Order: sequence, then C-alpha cells, then structure tokens
Amino acid sequence: MRHILSLLLENESGALSRVAGLFSARGYNIEALSVAPTEDPTLSRMTIVTSGSDDVIEQITKQLNKLIDVVKVFDLNEGRYIERELMLVKVRAEGADREEIKRTADIFRGRVIDVTDRTYTIELTGPRDKLDAFLEAIDNSLILETVRTGASGIGRGEWILKV
Amino acid sequence: MRLTGAEIAIQCLVEEGVPYVFGYPGGAVLHIYDALFNQDKLRHILVRHEQAALHAADAYARATGKPGVALVTSGPGVTNAITGIATAYMDSIPMVIISGQVPTPAIGLDTFQEVDTVGITRPCVKHNFLVKNVDDLASTMKKAFYVATSGRPGPVLVDIPKDISQHITEYSYPKTVSMRSYNPVIKGHSGQIKKAVQMLMEAKRPMIYVGGGAILGDATQLVTKLVRDLGYPCTNTLMGLGAYPATDPQFVGMLGMHGTYEANLAMQHCDVLLAVGARFDDRVIGNPQHFFVEGRRIIHIDIDPSSISKRVRVDVPIVGNIADVLNEMVKLVEESPVAVDQLALKQWWQQINTWRERQCLKYANSTEVIKPQYVIEKLYEVTQGDAIITSDVGQHQMWAAQYYKFDKPRRWLNSGGLGTMGFGLPAAMGAQLAFPDMTVACVTGEASIQMCIQELSTCKQYHLPVKVVNLNNRYLGMVRQWQEILHGNRYSESYMDALPDFVKLAESYGHVGMRIENPADVEGALKEAFALKDRVVFLDFLTDQTENVFPMVKAGAGLTEMLLGAEDL
Ligand SMILES: Cc1cc2nc3c(=O)[nH]c(=O)nc-3n(C[C@H](O)[C@H](O)[C@H](O)COP(=O)(O)OP(=O)(O)OC[C@H]3O[C@@H](n4cnc5c(N)ncnc54)[C@H](O)[C@@H]3O)c2cc1C
Ligand SMILES: Cc1ncc(C[n+]2csc(CCOP(=O)(O)OP(=O)(O)O)c2C)c(N)n1
Ligand SMILES: [Mg+2]
Repeated sequence: MRHILSLLLENESGALSRVAGLFSARGYNIEALSVAPTEDPTLSRMTIVTSGSDDVIEQITKQLNKLIDVVKVFDLNEGRYIERELMLVKVRAEGADREEIKRTADIFRGRVIDVTDRTYTIELTGPRDKLDAFLEAIDNSLILETVRTGASGIGRGEWILKV
Repeated sequence: MRLTGAEIAIQCLVEEGVPYVFGYPGGAVLHIYDALFNQDKLRHILVRHEQAALHAADAYARATGKPGVALVTSGPGVTNAITGIATAYMDSIPMVIISGQVPTPAIGLDTFQEVDTVGITRPCVKHNFLVKNVDDLASTMKKAFYVATSGRPGPVLVDIPKDISQHITEYSYPKTVSMRSYNPVIKGHSGQIKKAVQMLMEAKRPMIYVGGGAILGDATQLVTKLVRDLGYPCTNTLMGLGAYPATDPQFVGMLGMHGTYEANLAMQHCDVLLAVGARFDDRVIGNPQHFFVEGRRIIHIDIDPSSISKRVRVDVPIVGNIADVLNEMVKLVEESPVAVDQLALKQWWQQINTWRERQCLKYANSTEVIKPQYVIEKLYEVTQGDAIITSDVGQHQMWAAQYYKFDKPRRWLNSGGLGTMGFGLPAAMGAQLAFPDMTVACVTGEASIQMCIQELSTCKQYHLPVKVVNLNNRYLGMVRQWQEILHGNRYSESYMDALPDFVKLAESYGHVGMRIENPADVEGALKEAFALKDRVVFLDFLTDQTENVFPMVKAGAGLTEMLLGAEDL
C-alpha cells in the first residue's frame, strides 16, 4: 500500500544522504521525496512517498527512527491528512489547442504562468491523482516537459508534527 | 586551555579513559600523531595493516565492554579500515574511529588521498561526523562516545580534516551530552513485561533463546538467574556463547545452522519462546516459512525496535535494555501467583533428553589423522576452559563454538554477522592487551590466518604472547564443505596450494612455531605451548582434510531439517 511518511530531521549536511542511502541499501521503494528547512532553521521536514506491505512499512519507520539525524517519523496514513503536490507542465499551445488547453487548465484550477506564441507553462497543485488526471486530460503529444515536486503532506486539524 | 585540534582529539580520548588506541599514521593525521608523541597517558599500538587496528580495537571492546578506539589516515587508511568497521557494525560493537581527512579547502577536489569517508562508511557505522570547525571537535567526540556505547552499540566515526587538527581553540570537554534526535529506550513497557511473564509461567514447552545482546548489555547473570529460577531449557546463539554457562545441564547448546539437534528441535517445538538480545538471524532460524509454527508464541526483548518483527512476527515485543527488563521479569517470576507446570516441564525435558541422546556432536576420532574437533576438546582441557578464544571464519570457527564450552561471557570473540576472515589474530592482540594476565588463543585456519598474518610482527613488538591454534586442512574448508554438499564435489578454487611453512614463518617473526601431525602429539604440544607464557606460539595442526561440520542446516532448509553426519549426505 502507498504510504506518506513525514520526517523531521536535523538540518545537517549529509542527513538527506542517510535517508536516501537507507532506502537503497535495504531495497525499499521510494516514489517521491522532498525536503526543505522548516520555521526552525535547525530542522528540515521531509516527505517520503513509499509503498510496501504493513511489515515493510513498519521496518521502514523503525529504520528511519534509528538514523541519528532523524528526530521524528510519522506515517501520515495512520491519521487524517492532506496531501499536495506542485506540478509545472510545459505544453505545445498553437491554433485550436491553445483554447482547449486553457479550458482544461481552468477546470483543474491550473494557472498559466508563462506564455509564448507556441507554448504555455501551467502550474497545478493538488493530490497526486489530480495531477495525473490533468496529464491524462490533455493530448499527450502536446506535453513538452513536466516537473513535479513530489508530495507534501500534513495532518488534519490538531494533529501537529512537532519536536 | 587553548589546544590544537590534534591535542583536543587526544585529550578527549584521555578524558574518556581510553588506554589504547590502535592505529597507523599517514599524512592527514600527522598532527594527531604529533600530539600523541607529546603525551604519556594514552598508548598507541602500531599495527601492520589498518584492518587489524579495527579488529584489535573491536576485540578490546568485546573483551572489556568498553569502547575500542582506532586511528587511521585518510584515503587508503580509511578504505583499509572499512572491513573492520563493517565487522564491528554487524556485531553491534561499541567503537570510535578517528580518521584523518584532507584539509577542508581541498575537500571535493580529488585531492591526494581523498575519499568521501563519511559517504563510504555511512552504511556500516552507527553514525559518523565530519568536523568542519575545531570549536565543534570536543562536543563531537563526546557525542561519538555516547552514541557508540548507548542503546544498541556500534561503531561511530569522526572524520577530522588536517587543517582542523591544526587549528587552535579553547578546549573543555563537555560533561554531559543530550541529543534531541537520539534517545534510546532503556526501561521496558511494564504491561508488556507482565504479559510476557504470565505467558512464560503458563508455558508447557518453554524455550529461552539468548543472543549477543545479553553480553553486550552485561546482563548474563540475570539471564542465568531467570533460566535457573524457571528451570527452562536455554540456547545461545554464536554471538551469545558464554551468556549462559555451557556446562550447565539446562544448556542445550548453540542453535542454528551448525547448532545442536536438541536446540533446533526445541526451538521449533516449544510453545513459548523467549528471545533475549537475539535477532532471529537467517543462520539461526533457517527458512522463515518453515520456522513459523501456528500457536507458538514469541516474546522478544531487544533495545533496537528494528530487530523486532524483522524476519519473524513476534507476539510480545519488549523494547528495552535487557538488564532493566530482566530485573523486572525476575521479580515478577518470584512473585507470580501461578507456578510453573512442573509436570509439563518434566515431560518437555524428557523430550529434550531423547533428542540429546542423538549425541549430535559425537565424532569418530582417529589415531591416524588429527580430527579438528579433538584439537578443540584438548584446547578446552589444557586451558581449563578459562581462556579467551578468538577465531577466524570457517569450519574451525564452528568447531571452536561447538566444542569449547564457554561458561563466561566475553571469552569468545568472533565475527558472526559479517564473517570476516582475518579477524582472529588482531582480535587476540586486542584481548591480550585488555587482559595481559589471561590466556588468549586464536583458533584459525590456514586460509584465514593469512589474511592478517602480518600482525605476528605487532605481537612481537608489544610482547603479546597469544597462541595461534591453526587447524590446517589445506582447504578453504567451509567452502569445500558447501561444494561437497551442494555443488557435487566440484572443489572450485577451494584448495589452498603453496602454503608457507608456518613454523619457519613464526620463527622469522621471532616466535615459536610447532607442527603437529600425529593425534598422539596434540595434547603434549598444547601443554608445551601454553606453558610458554611469555611467547607467541604458532601451533600448526595438520588436520583431517575431509572433515565436515555437523549438524548442518543447508541454506534455505528448515531449522529441523538437519544433516547430522556424513551418513546423511
Ligand atoms: C560461518 C558462520 C556460521 C554461522 N553459523 C551460526 C549458527 O549455526 N548459529 C548461530 O547462532 N549463528 C551462526 N552464525 C552467526 C550469525 O551469522 C549471526 O551473527 C548470529 O547468529 C547473530 O547473533 P545474535 O542473534 O545473538 O545477534 P547479535 O548480532 O549479537 O545482535 C544482538 C542483538 O541484541 C540487541 N541488543 C544489544 N544490546 C542490547 C541491550 N543492552 N539490551 C537489549 N538488546 C540489546 C541488538 O539490538 C541486536 O538485535 C554463523 C556465522 C558464520 C560466519
Ligand atoms: C574475507 C572473507 N573472504 C571470503 C570469505 C568466505 N569464506 C568463508 S569460510 C572460508 C574458508 C576459510 O578457510 P580456512 O580459514 O582455512 O578455514 P576452514 O574452513 O578450513 O577451517 C571462506 C573463503 C569470508 N568469510 N571472508
Ligand atoms: Mg582451512
């Protein structure tokens, strides 16, 4: 099953490679990983999207906790959470396609953030499924480039991940 | 006090009460060696290869329970040390390794003798640090010792660039350390402990399975008390040998791939299994599907949550330090309103005793050719079972584990997790330094010994009178055994040709060498060698080339699907 793990880790050089190294050394899946400092500059927040059986996810969590630089690990799937991902898509936008793409972007609440005679660059946020659905909705041959940040996740309401 | 980084590194070791540092100099650590030169509190042992520095420091830790310390230079110094670091990591040995690094401005420029030490060691250390500012050095050293020795122990590396070792700063060693990201659990969950004791008291066919954690956590007396109070059978892993006395009637021998028939059967057929500081290794449980038994309940005490339910699902996990947990358990057993079901226990012991009657460790001795098992039995007698035995890796290691009856912890030092050939001799040096008055013997094979044979020179320099018991079968015996059993007798590259004359070799290093070819001479030679208290003696026993280690559980087979002897092949 797909899980989103949220980590607080020491904002030290090398911390990211410890996490990435753990996943490759132990053969765990890693679908996406994103990391950035938090409001406390000594801490980074990392979001990892992974998948595996319950046993595997349990081991991943334990192994992550074992890393000395990791302060806390949360499996967001254990509660209610919100997931968002940012995607930038550059598409060929000429002639009749131009209107069509714009309309589709509007439906998905995307924003055109860069325009040339021949291209649009569209910004889109949402859960993974929504971004996937958008890509399916436009003609594949028009897609020039996509960049996705990987998921960020946060617990709902009073479920707060802090040190 | 204003000190250079190099002086601080040394001062921190002194502050930690470290008596020996095992190492090898080079460009990046010259300032540190200079600081060593100018003091007399810390003794440096100059090995002949960095791998040996690591193994010797590691064995010092295994023998004493205190962290071992090694010092190596950048680049090739570090890469040579990797095998030793990984060996310590796999067996959870507390160590601090100081490595030199190229100067900070030169990092990343493919500088002479530069390797990414933090990167290259990351998968085989508990943690590592690159010190980028001399002001952080003392606190980093403090953290290194704290992390290495607390929780599940392990090696920690501190990489010190050359310029940092030269920079000067105000020095004071921190008294305490706290790390928000690292807080090992000590006390076990009381509810879980209660549940475990109740389960243990109600068991009809109980089994206690004790591993290296009991030794690492200095909890062997509590283990012994609990086992005796309950009257239950006890087995030790290869790493746990000595945790429960091997000569005690409740001891059913080592378990696992080369464990006893009775230990493996009891593991499989028990109804309640208590695992204490043992990690259900693949060489211990065999095929996990086969090991699974419907209805058997498992209690597992371990300080590392990731050891629990990794390979085998556990019913009552207890995360905590063994000594703390067992203290509570022993008390609860004493106060327990339910008594052990003595009738059921008696029947269980009868069952175990019928398994024992198979005498799985019996071997056919010979008057023609020296049997390796016989050498170990005699070694046990001649040293009165009271030596520190180190070993290398192979058949000789298994025979030492099976036939030397370890009654005390920290007497059996071997590489279990990584299985590192070359461990034995440097390990003997570390143990002998730790206990100068004790008898230390290294049980080895003609192949393993050659992986760190250069250390005979270190033994000479520091007067470390270790005894080398070489079970020379002219084969990579353990490899040959697998080839015989699993690869149709095709002995691909497992014959050890062109062996040196070990007697002359020992003599050329300034030691005593003996070759023993006749079974009748085994005991006399051992007596003579161990009487030479202040000399290194290299005993080269020419042993039976065809002997195999039994019992044996083939890789992938179930724990109880044992080959018991040549007749099963
Ligand atoms: C040729 C060869 C053959 C082998 N055959 C066998 C065999 O037949 N049988 C066998 O048993 N092994 C065998 N081994 C060794 C095997 O590979 C493993 O190294 C060994 O079984 C692991 O022992 P252990 O489970 O006691 O764990 P260890 O590696 O000793 O681990 C200790 C455990 O205790 C925990 N721990 C540490 N300190 C504490 C504390 N204070 N409190 C609580 N928990 C703590 C740790 O977290 C860890 O989980 C063989 C090795 C070789 C090289
Ligand atoms: C460094 C290293 N290389 C390879 C191996 C694989 N290996 C395990 S046992 C063994 C043979 C050891 O031969 P020897 O030291 O003569 O011992 P014997 O089995 O004959 O008693 C080998 C090659 C290993 N464990 N370590
Ligand atoms: Mg051999």
